[in-house]
Amino acid sequence: MSKKSNDGSAVNSWLIRRPIKKWFPLFILPTFLCFIIGFIWPFLQGIYLSFCNFMTPTDAKWVGFSNYVKAFQDPSFGRAFWNTAGFAVVSIILINVIAFAIAYALTQKMRGSNLFRTVFFMPNLIGGVVLGYIWSMIFDAILKNYSTYLTANPTYGFWGLVILVAWQQIGYIMIIYIAGLQAVSEDMLEAARIDGANSWQTLFRVTIPNVMPSVTICTFLTLTNSFKMFDQNMALTEGFPIITMADGSQIKTTELLALNIYSTYNINKNWHGVAQAKAVIFFILVATLAIAQLSATRKKEVQQ
Amino acid sequence: MKKRYSVGSTILTVFFALLSLLWLFPIFEVLINSFKSNAWVNLDAFALPNAESFVGFANYIKGMTFGNYPFLMSVLYSLMITVISVILILLCCSMTAWYIARVDSKFSRVFYYLCLFSMIVPFQMVMFTLTFTADRLSLNTPWTIPIVYLGFGAGLAIFMFVGFVKGLPLEIEEAAAIDGCGPFRTFFSVVLPMLKPTMISVGILQTMWVWNDFLLPYLVLDRTKYMTIPIHVQYLKGSYGTVDLGATMAVIMLSIIPIIVLYLFCQKHIIKGVAAGAVKG
Repeated sequence: MSKKSNDGSAVNSWLIRRPIKKWFPLFILPTFLCFIIGFIWPFLQGIYLSFCNFMTPTDAKWVGFSNYVKAFQDPSFGRAFWNTAGFAVVSIILINVIAFAIAYALTQKMRGSNLFRTVFFMPNLIGGVVLGYIWSMIFDAILKNYSTYLTANPTYGFWGLVILVAWQQIGYIMIIYIAGLQAVSEDMLEAARIDGANSWQTLFRVTIPNVMPSVTICTFLTLTNSFKMFDQNMALTEGFPIITMADGSQIKTTELLALNIYSTYNINKNWHGVAQAKAVIFFILVATLAIAQLSATRKKEVQQ
Repeated sequence: MKKRYSVGSTILTVFFALLSLLWLFPIFEVLINSFKSNAWVNLDAFALPNAESFVGFANYIKGMTFGNYPFLMSVLYSLMITVISVILILLCCSMTAWYIARVDSKFSRVFYYLCLFSMIVPFQMVMFTLTFTADRLSLNTPWTIPIVYLGFGAGLAIFMFVGFVKGLPLEIEEAAAIDGCGPFRTFFSVVLPMLKPTMISVGILQTMWVWNDFLLPYLVLDRTKYMTIPIHVQYLKGSYGTVDLGATMAVIMLSIIPIIVLYLFCQKHIIKGVAAGAVKG
């Protein structure tokens, strides 16, 4: 992670610093302008518009917190939150356990381990939309034998998404675990063996404590990835099936938060402000989780 | 002792060989169904093509114009957007990162922390307002959308480059300065060559992102004129009542073949780049 402050001697070399400052317009300005267009301005405007009723930014009218109230009262948002939380928990555990097991096996002496690594990583290169359509065809073909289909039941959609994302991300997480496992020193494993530890003891007492930094990175990545999941969710079920609530409102049952924000914006033109308020809530949620996880990483790094 | 080890290792190899086949099965499914007519895909997607269901390359030919938009145009736009965006990100962000790492000013620090901050902001937070901004500044064409990508992707790239530049010995740059190099030449002929490993990591991560990105181009681009591959695939299933699964699978096959070929050729770099990027992120 970032160093708290730059160590002064390295950075403030007059030979480098003074001349480079004159080149500010070339080295900084293009990137900074694009950064304002692509991030800072949309971000600030997004916060402002979450307090407004608007169709386009030009007709925005300030309405205070009413968008947030509507967002929290919207049952579909709550449903999407619990879907996302459940999905995150299941996929974090599943992906990390399987990826670690595969990485552990592949770092043992074994024929073909490079080939297997190549195969397991491959799905990670395919885009989410394409993955969604591949798997919806496969799931529909399987479920046809039981004369049903993927969007018939929320449970199918949920587990379908879990399987899809596991297939996509296990290879990626496995690569990080392999890098971590290769950094565990042979001497330490040797010492454990000489002291009479069996292979399970070596795994749990020596190997796993030494790859804890990788574990933190991987749980962080799977956590943020599952909270930000959009393409796969949209392409696989698009949130279907829909159920009708007692008060007549309709809820998409397999929708995750990111898709819920998107459909709130597109379905109801008077709810653009609410969609933006949901986006702000979503941002705060993701940022809080990310920061909590990162500070845990930093603590671990201090201990080492 | 040795023999027992090798038996266990053989069992592992056999197990992973089977698991690998299972892993490749979805892609195999796409391949076989891309050669079957739609009715047969619907009937039994797992059956191998036989004399009745096999249609040769008909699905591929149909897929080229399927959905009222030539598939090759989508490929072209995807390629163009990815190449321009990644080159722009690599060039601009490495220059900016060098400035931030070497000039310890208030501006540098603020910019750096803003970059860190942008990495935890999900796209949904800015997607509506980014669309408005891009529309108003006419950034809605494949030639100008790289500017949006540079803006939204700068955070991660600058963060990775700064981390690397801080580890470079300053003496080399000072020597160059004493020998009469201005900052421009110092950067391009001294620093840039040393940045190569990080260039590869950042380049691979950004390529994977831009190439597969769906929502940003979907919202920003003028879709009546320009589509990318993910948008094209989405349109095949989304907007046409009866879906021709055979042709859809042909289009999907065409869209993943280039990635897989590229991956097989430079998998070492890709895997290393991804691992390096993740460890730093």
